[in-house]
Amino acid sequence: MAEITQLIHQYLRHNKKFPLVFCPGCGHGIVLGSLVRSVHALGLAKDDVVIVAGIGCSGRIAAYVDFNTVHTTHGRALTVATGIKMANPKLTVIAVMGDGDAFSIGGNHLIHAARRNIGVTALVLNNFIYGMTGGQCSSTTPEGAYSHTCPQGQLESAFDIVELTRAAGAAGVSRGTVYHVKELDALMAEAISRPGFNLVEALTPCFTQYGRGNGFKSAVEMFKWLKSSCLPVERYEKLEDRTGKLPIGTFVRRDVDGLETRWANMRQALAAKKGGAA
Amino acid sequence: MGRNRVVVYPDWCKGCGICAAFCPKKVFAVGQDGKARVVNEEACVNCGFCEPHCPDFAVLVIPGETDQTPCPSETAQDPADQTAAKEVKP
Repeated sequence: MAEITQLIHQYLRHNKKFPLVFCPGCGHGIVLGSLVRSVHALGLAKDDVVIVAGIGCSGRIAAYVDFNTVHTTHGRALTVATGIKMANPKLTVIAVMGDGDAFSIGGNHLIHAARRNIGVTALVLNNFIYGMTGGQCSSTTPEGAYSHTCPQGQLESAFDIVELTRAAGAAGVSRGTVYHVKELDALMAEAISRPGFNLVEALTPCFTQYGRGNGFKSAVEMFKWLKSSCLPVERYEKLEDRTGKLPIGTFVRRDVDGLETRWANMRQALAAKKGGAA
Repeated sequence: MGRNRVVVYPDWCKGCGICAAFCPKKVFAVGQDGKARVVNEEACVNCGFCEPHCPDFAVLVIPGETDQTPCPSETAQDPADQTAAKEVKP
């Protein structure tokens, strides 16, 4: 088992400042480990993987791993990832975003990336709040939850990330949590290897900004909450009383070609018509 | 089966308490200094929970078969040291 931690060290940039910048008990470090393990399990070379990150706590993940990394502007991780994938389809492109990054400022980019089915894996670290910027409510803050910008409780409904991405036409949609790490590893490896646009939502608790204001006494309590409230989608569907429960697992598996493949096919077809080289 | 070695790197640990709370054998405790410590190493059954769940990669469990392996913390103070990693090449 020691190899788990040792494996991480093979992929970290040791010239960066450690320990990680995240707060104690933040799940982002666990997602980072999961990402490294799934890339390693697929046997991808470091130079063939691109991590594109946006702004926020999740954006810091890109700085720590020794892949090709781009740290882009707020909400635009998917646009940069789309460009990279179209320019060089051989690369494995993973966009790491937070919930505010992907669904608030970058919402339009996300639904159109899903509609186009560009061959990018979107990894959304959902902590229900804007963490780095000071605890404002985001588009995934549950109704009734407290944050610095809704001290009386959130009046708006939250996005269901899975349903939204499914409706936009993504090839694969799944949800995992940082408590169920082994399942998260599997979901991520599956998403990275499936063609088309794949989204993995990772529920990762933010005790500093979300937990303290919502009745959690410690980060450990938030992990216990994940343990008790999240269950596999097959079991979730058999439940009669679903209040407070969240399904995890894979929700969408569609067999489609990525946009980059369709574009290459179009070029080939045109070249064949002309009888010349593309 | 030999005894499992359990190591916490204090430089990287932030004392979040996840290992102490979820370890089925109560191997860890968070000390006064706000760092996790190994208090009950002989109880470890190498269940595989703590390593992937440590957000800061600060926990290392060396299974009992490798009793003769020098613990990385004894050979190097820096958790980034690759001495142990070189033995486990994929």
